[in-house]
Amino acid sequence: MSDSAPLNSFPAEIGSSKPDPILTVDDMVRTFGGLRAVDINHLEVQRGIITAFIGPNGAGKTTLFNLITGFDKPDSGSWVFDDASIGGKAPHIIAQAGMVRTFQLTKSLAKMTVLDNMLLGASNQRGERLRYALVPTQWKKQERQVLEKAEDLLDRFNLAHMRDEYAATLSGGQRKLLEMARALMSEPRLILLDEPMAGVNPALVESLLQHIENLRDEGVSVLFIEHDMDVIMGISDWIVVLAEGRIIAEGTPSEVSKNPAVIDAYLGSSIAEELKDV
Amino acid sequence: MIMNLLAGIDISKLLGLALRTSIGVQSAVFALAAVGLNLHYGYTGLLNFGVVAFMAAGAYGMAIFFTQGWLGGSILLAIAAGLVFAVGIALSIGLPSLRLRADYLAITTIAIAEVLRISFRSQRLLDLTGGPFGLPSIEDRNAEVSFSEIITVDWNPINDGIYGFWRLRFDEQTLWVMILGWTLVLLSTLLIWGLMRSPWGRVIKAIREDEDAARALGKNVFSYKLQSLIIGGMIASLAGVTRAMNTGFVETQQFKPQTTFFIWTVLILGGAASIWGPVIGAMAFWFIIIFVEELLRQMVDSGWVPEAVLASNDIASVRMIMMGVMLGVLMIWRPQGLVGKKEEAQIDVR
Repeated sequence: MSDSAPLNSFPAEIGSSKPDPILTVDDMVRTFGGLRAVDINHLEVQRGIITAFIGPNGAGKTTLFNLITGFDKPDSGSWVFDDASIGGKAPHIIAQAGMVRTFQLTKSLAKMTVLDNMLLGASNQRGERLRYALVPTQWKKQERQVLEKAEDLLDRFNLAHMRDEYAATLSGGQRKLLEMARALMSEPRLILLDEPMAGVNPALVESLLQHIENLRDEGVSVLFIEHDMDVIMGISDWIVVLAEGRIIAEGTPSEVSKNPAVIDAYLGSSIAEELKDV
Repeated sequence: MIMNLLAGIDISKLLGLALRTSIGVQSAVFALAAVGLNLHYGYTGLLNFGVVAFMAAGAYGMAIFFTQGWLGGSILLAIAAGLVFAVGIALSIGLPSLRLRADYLAITTIAIAEVLRISFRSQRLLDLTGGPFGLPSIEDRNAEVSFSEIITVDWNPINDGIYGFWRLRFDEQTLWVMILGWTLVLLSTLLIWGLMRSPWGRVIKAIREDEDAARALGKNVFSYKLQSLIIGGMIASLAGVTRAMNTGFVETQQFKPQTTFFIWTVLILGGAASIWGPVIGAMAFWFIIIFVEELLRQMVDSGWVPEAVLASNDIASVRMIMMGVMLGVLMIWRPQGLVGKKEEAQIDVR
């Protein structure tokens, strides 16, 4: 647990205010035809902890991620990241502001090496500007620093032995690791992980969870999506439960797991689904 | 039997002609256009089916500027005008369509190329572009000096004469334009090499692989795509300029859509996303075309192929069929092209 405010000090109710929110969302609505995919009045995400979005399939988790990070546009709504209003900004501007995301279906850059994937992640690179690109003396020094950081992260994520291989040769789990490590290259203040455990070999899940906890301990705020309840309970500090586009509950894992609305919407639906197969 | 078969075939002429074309100006023109397309498609993943629009922009921009005698009718300024025109084309293609999905860009490029060619042909622009007649001799109307004469005679440092050996002999004018053309090819290849080993090139390749991933990492994808379109377009426009230096005239028939697909063939043949692929591809393209054409011609002339099967004036079309067959064979056995990276080509082939 981080050394910021004790979590039981903020109320486990929908839209509760947090002592030090890194992300605040207000009146966000996104409709697809007649479907209200996301409909949120107020949401605050506390700095320095691991927050999880959970909910059954179609609850609007990924849509909410897409909206927050600028990959999709809401019908209405505003959101503030670290005191800067980023509503309606382009995805790359939001990423540059310090909020970096990963994707549910990993986007490893297949025909680039693992190392190049990592180097790409670093922000504010001089050599990425056209006017300096042809003059290596302008960017060689920074490139060495970026390289050092990349090798360090590859070590931590157990990918160092793959550094010169094409990213396409990685296994599904390794790609998840690579994507997470690559996002960290830019030193984000908030990292959004979309189902980081989906499709990952169970043996790797443990180490992935460890990485996520390490991030928090280093001061990065983590927001992640998962629909596997068991995974979430152990690792999250705070849980936001979504169903049909709305937040139906918020709280610590133990509070949420006792919440009747959650049991009804989440566990209930999965039981109903299981019964269907019988 | 074999001697008999070879009796009607002049191998020296066959290889000589093919080699001669593969190092000629036409080959340099195709190489330049392919270097530009390589940045667009090979590295950035932009489906540009309007390569010929950039060639036309370069050639016509330069020719119009020069024939009108604007700003004193300087040749270098005229070439610069061709480049500026190409930038304009890149912007007019890119600004509306680069934010959209890749296939919209493909449609826009092919349309702009045709719009440009048909506009150049129009009677309304007769004074500027010469309409359907083109600009038969690119010359400054006020000063009565010809563009090709300045380039190939006044600026030519090579003494009059015939240079070379065997069947590879060129007069001083052709040789000079060849040197200019291949120098441009070399310079633009070096430019691409320098760009692609930089962090800028890394972003460009990342966009080819997955735009959204690049965006999520804070890269302004739209801006990079536009930069790529402009730089590649300017290189391709130099192809048009070089061709005008060689032929001494511009006309719209030189810029039909099929040229775009020849350039694509060159790039795929040589190997997309490789530094020397476009150059090797252009040389191989012309070598194969001329080799097949000449071989068929000799076979028809010596009676090995009866006139009833293939008449001499059909040969030009047959060589294109052969080209298509070869491209198909290449795709099956060597999808990375002649000098591309095999490992890269095998990724994503499931």
